[in-house]
Amino acid sequence: MSPKTLYDKIWDAHVAHEADDGTCLLYIDRHLVHEVTSPQAFEGLRMTGRTVRAPEKTIAVPDHNVPTTLDRANAATMTEDSRIQVEALDKNAKEFGLHYYPVTDVRQGVVHIVGPEQGWTLPGMTVVCGDSHTATHGAFGSLAHGIGTSEVEHVLATQTLIQKKSKNMKVEITGKLAPGVTAKDVTMAVIGLTGTAGGTGYVIEYCGEAIQSLSMEGRMTVCNMAIEGGARAGLIAPDQTTYDYCMGRPHAPKGAEWEAALAYWKTLFTDEGAHFDKVLTIKGEDIAPLVTWGTSPEDVLPIDGVVPDPASFQGGKAGAAQRSIDYMGLTAGQKLTDIKIDTVFIGSCTNGRIEDFRAAAAILKGKKIKDGMRAMVVPGSGLVRAQAEEEGIAQIFIDAGFEWRLAGCSMCLAMNPDQLAPGERCAATSNRNFEGRQGRGGRTHLVSPAMAAAAAITGHLTDVRDLM
Amino acid sequence: MEKFTKLSGIAAPLDLVNIDTDMIIPKQFLKTIKRSGLGVNLFDEMRYDDDRNEIESFVLNQPAYRDAQILVAGDNFGCGSSREHAPWAIADFGITCVIAPSYADIFYNNCFKNGILPIALPQEQVDVLMKDAEKGANARIEVDLEAQTITSSDGEVFSFEVDAFKKHCLMNGLDDIGLTMEKAAAIDTFEAAAASARPWV
Repeated sequence: MSPKTLYDKIWDAHVAHEADDGTCLLYIDRHLVHEVTSPQAFEGLRMTGRTVRAPEKTIAVPDHNVPTTLDRANAATMTEDSRIQVEALDKNAKEFGLHYYPVTDVRQGVVHIVGPEQGWTLPGMTVVCGDSHTATHGAFGSLAHGIGTSEVEHVLATQTLIQKKSKNMKVEITGKLAPGVTAKDVTMAVIGLTGTAGGTGYVIEYCGEAIQSLSMEGRMTVCNMAIEGGARAGLIAPDQTTYDYCMGRPHAPKGAEWEAALAYWKTLFTDEGAHFDKVLTIKGEDIAPLVTWGTSPEDVLPIDGVVPDPASFQGGKAGAAQRSIDYMGLTAGQKLTDIKIDTVFIGSCTNGRIEDFRAAAAILKGKKIKDGMRAMVVPGSGLVRAQAEEEGIAQIFIDAGFEWRLAGCSMCLAMNPDQLAPGERCAATSNRNFEGRQGRGGRTHLVSPAMAAAAAITGHLTDVRDLM
Repeated sequence: MEKFTKLSGIAAPLDLVNIDTDMIIPKQFLKTIKRSGLGVNLFDEMRYDDDRNEIESFVLNQPAYRDAQILVAGDNFGCGSSREHAPWAIADFGITCVIAPSYADIFYNNCFKNGILPIALPQEQVDVLMKDAEKGANARIEVDLEAQTITSSDGEVFSFEVDAFKKHCLMNGLDDIGLTMEKAAAIDTFEAAAASARPWV
């Protein structure tokens, strides 16, 4: 038998039907649902008299719209259209019998944090959600990607997706990461090299010593942003770190079933000699703490760099670079560490997990944020929030001057009241620095949680290594 | 779904790379529970100022392009969020064909579910059509899905590739779910086998 990649193995294990032209029906093991991209899909089911084929494999949680302020139980904290969407999810989840974590449940949070936390996401699975950051779940060695609402309806009705296989790409991060360099810097470094379309048509497998050394939280951060490089999905082969994370989770297998699952999971690796269509290798030692300067996640530079000169860009990108610099209110040649920040956002499906908060708190301990700084921490789930409170991390944030919020997507996409005003400039641990992403006219610099904490203290983009 | 076979229409030039779905339809319009009515907010932040007045310089606000049915754009069109509101807004505006050098994966798939044909052409051919589109309302571009050709207003013909299954569905306005349900027996068989091989799933 010819050697297979990890992606090949998971794909082959889920093809329910293959047509002559290679179009496949891929069976879906877990379908995650949130309030923004699902109402039209449920409406479609009703209009056609269809139902949810596998409600036991379908998990619903409201996250995009929900307020994160402590008074959110008060309905007045939500706009009417947001409330209608959340109520629609509530109704659909109950009517179709889905697993459901409402806003009032301590387990509620960002769907991509709740899934792994509850043990819904396990190695070797296919996982989809009407959200591009579904790539997060690839950290478990599961094939996970975002879909549109029509596909949400398709999965609800048939538990399959119509798919053609992507190509295989390997991204190897060798060696060790330097102090102050995190999983966020790794994933941003990859996008900086490939560009936002470099992964289009591929499923990326991340490997190498620096990846294997990451915790599950760090691996989720890496895979989360695979989509920002255009890839269909990101994958990391499961290992002891993965098994340890999964064991004992509410929906992970137990007893003899655990042993059987473990035996299967141990077959989930890329065979020696398997073919990759594209390979990228980066030395872990070469990665510095990174920051974005522009309005695309590929606009990445080391923190000790300067804002680039648009004229230095090739292939029609000079215009885009000029537009970015104008939007961001920057000047070519300006030192990145001279860029003043008025807002700091720590959270999101990229960096809203306990390890992210520990890293930020380690920088913030005993310090205060800059006068006038608006800084907020939004846990990825109610359970992350509870754990951070138990570990004393929440108090460090509060003492430093951060707002300590309830769980949700929050200012990552600013669908709830957490938004930037025009011209405000934010160091954010989220995943997109698009124009208007965090609020019309708002300016976003993507950074790691430790770098966000450093910027909160000094009031400008800062090399976290100077504060360590 | 609306069928797509042939189209002869005005093409609007939008010469920007990495047009993301946040640009196509900003988040404040995702709070709808319907698919319709989003056309008025297509490219909202580029199209309107803070007082909701149209920004004259934006292409779709110019008299020549208000009825555009085709959009010619830069590389990596539709990147970012998976929101299907992006193709809903494009279709609701009246655009049923996009021409660009490349597309983000999820957006590309979403188009075909909504009667929109996204065509990928080499950069130099997109450049020709971009110039053609810049001529305004008198320059109509023809798209023939059956023949897989685009004809510029000067009569220059470009061929394009499209997946045979996607083409078939688009030309006949077919409902994917209905097609898949015809294969229910195969899904049942797979599901039963998977449940015994991997009972923990």
